[in-house]
Amino acid sequence: MRHPQLNKHGELQHLLTLDGLPRDILTAILDTAAPFTEVAEREVKKLPLLRGKSVFNLFFENSTRTRTTFEIAAKRLSADVVNLNINTSSAAKGESLLDTVDNLCAMHADMFVVRHAASGAPMMIAQHLHNTGRDHIRVVNAGDGRHAHPTQGLLDMYTIRHFKHDFSNLTVAIVGDVLHSRVARSQIAALTTLGVPEVRVIGPRTLLPTAVEKLGVRVFHDMREGLKGVDVVMMLRLQNERMNGALLPTPQEYYKIWGLTAEKLALAKPDAIVMHPGPMNRGVEIDSAVADGAQAVILPQVTFGIAVRMAVMSMLGSH
Amino acid sequence: MNILISNGRVVDPANRTDAVCNVYVAGGKIVALGQAPDGFKAERTIDASGLVVAPGFIDLAARLREPGFEYRATLESEMDAAMAGGVTSLAIPPDTDPVLDEPGLVEMLTYRAKKLNRAHIYPVGALTIGLKGERLSEMAELVEAGCVAFSQANVPVVDNAVLMRALQYAATFDFRVWLQPLAPFLSRVGHAHDGEVATRLGLSGIPVAAETVALFTYLELARMTGARLHITRLSSAAGLALIDQARADGMDVTCDVSINHVHLCDMDIGYFDPNCHLIPPLRSQRDREALARGLAEGRINALCSDHTPVDDDGKQTPFSESEPGATGLELLMPLTLKWADSAGLALMDGLARITSEAAKIVGITKAGHLSVGARADVCVFDPAMHVTVTREGLKSQGKNTPFLGMELPGKVRYTLVEGQVMFEG
Repeated sequence: MRHPQLNKHGELQHLLTLDGLPRDILTAILDTAAPFTEVAEREVKKLPLLRGKSVFNLFFENSTRTRTTFEIAAKRLSADVVNLNINTSSAAKGESLLDTVDNLCAMHADMFVVRHAASGAPMMIAQHLHNTGRDHIRVVNAGDGRHAHPTQGLLDMYTIRHFKHDFSNLTVAIVGDVLHSRVARSQIAALTTLGVPEVRVIGPRTLLPTAVEKLGVRVFHDMREGLKGVDVVMMLRLQNERMNGALLPTPQEYYKIWGLTAEKLALAKPDAIVMHPGPMNRGVEIDSAVADGAQAVILPQVTFGIAVRMAVMSMLGSH
Repeated sequence: MNILISNGRVVDPANRTDAVCNVYVAGGKIVALGQAPDGFKAERTIDASGLVVAPGFIDLAARLREPGFEYRATLESEMDAAMAGGVTSLAIPPDTDPVLDEPGLVEMLTYRAKKLNRAHIYPVGALTIGLKGERLSEMAELVEAGCVAFSQANVPVVDNAVLMRALQYAATFDFRVWLQPLAPFLSRVGHAHDGEVATRLGLSGIPVAAETVALFTYLELARMTGARLHITRLSSAAGLALIDQARADGMDVTCDVSINHVHLCDMDIGYFDPNCHLIPPLRSQRDREALARGLAEGRINALCSDHTPVDDDGKQTPFSESEPGATGLELLMPLTLKWADSAGLALMDGLARITSEAAKIVGITKAGHLSVGARADVCVFDPAMHVTVTREGLKSQGKNTPFLGMELPGKVRYTLVEGQVMFEG
């Protein structure tokens, strides 16, 4: 079975997941992103690469932050951007996902940026476009269920490369709710593809998915043990609805055991960097002193995020 | 009509027959094998040279979607599918809308099916009213109306005290109870087998414990109440091991598996194929192998289609939002042949799982075999011909199957129900 995000020549047609994405394509995206970081520093923050193209931000799940970064990225490439928050419009009226897509295709969309609560939704849209002979329309996954958040994974890789230069001698720890995290799955896929020799996941058994070690990671439940000697600490967001119930007793207990504090961070390498995909729960998964501290690279992540999304969109749009 | 089925290879597992001989049909019954009875004059002769003549197949689970879900399928469309698949007896799960919990409803369904004059139907009544797991259904009345057993389909009883009472009540009359091993909460936490594939795809997982926990409960309650228990749709090696153990302890329990679960595993979900969204979920390769082997060794008694037609709207959605189920009536025989072949089984032993053994579970005595005097429900098929499964080729209104595009062995040429040719292909 051909991966639905590659065309028959093995080129990137859509960006749906980092799992199974060849290393050379992954690296090419990061390389393409590098010059885009400078665009933001210019007086005229625009490039004409997607001029005349229509990008539809198709958000079936609320997200101000991700949608905004995609919007900025598309506008800096001179695309026309339309934002649709579907949970408040068609879906509420009972229109099916593919009907919505067909309608937007009829408005001559060139690219869909899709966020959906169900794993696999963007892949289904890509397959539908293929089955209906509309291969010229591109799909970018902006986060689907627990499955993937590839642009987040890519911007994290960009950030690591920026600060650490080389992946081949790093130890990286991903901490928190891996079970529900599309970000963690994309990070793990990218890190293992780029040759990071040791990727660790740290969290309680309730928040680590079954057989997670099959993804190529070392599993730790003891945070102190897991942080020892790492170069990169990637924190995950803990959703509010997971904090009290059958997965975790209380946010207080979680913070005590798995919250990142300066004291625990001291176990990592002295030059370790701390990342977080945002939005942060200060005092739950991360202490403010660490979030605002010298080792945190959380704001550069946001900046690089725009460059990486520009890279992805320009690469897809130029085919 | 007097029909002669000539020169076919008669494979009749119940009578341990596998030989080329003529079959004579008259008055809706098998009247002779080999030699023509005195004065027999064939009004029609079916040349079955090179073909297999088998008892019409018996399917332990065929959802015909009536009443209540006519937009997914109708009695008529699914009866056509049954005929095209050589399936002449269908056990109908009670999860229609309304649920099969009222004698009048069962009579109506039986009447409608009879009028269509195709496959025989054997309704399985609801164990509790509305499948809600609260009040017992009128089991004695339902049996009078035609129910052959009682089940909860795939809606487990939450309150074990109710389940115990239901089993006790059924045991009073020695009625059969068919239960699908789904623990009430554990079976609802996800959409795919809790393993590497679900983890990678970000699908929430259903642990094997959803099956084993339910089995522990059912087996224990059946032991205690003396109910006649049949376990439906096994999905795991661990579940099968529990059945083996119960038998070793002297318990009389039967079980079945679906065609999907002996051929597929969670890897087949691929890139979120909603056709692989099933209840129970497709489990690991190891589980699939254990089920296929268990079926070959007779530890699993029967194979069924678990026919569940779903309309396109129900499947053209992301995996977790899609309707579970797959169409299967027309694939029952081909997938039985495929499984038997890969298990190295003789054709007769393979077909036993969808004829003689299935008949025992439903309690059918006059069909499921080709003895003289039996109801002339017969399937004549070409075992050597391979057919590709396509949407257009399926008679069922449900085009949803993980086997689309696959080439499968076996092509039904004639289906006879009570001595009448109901399908020719």
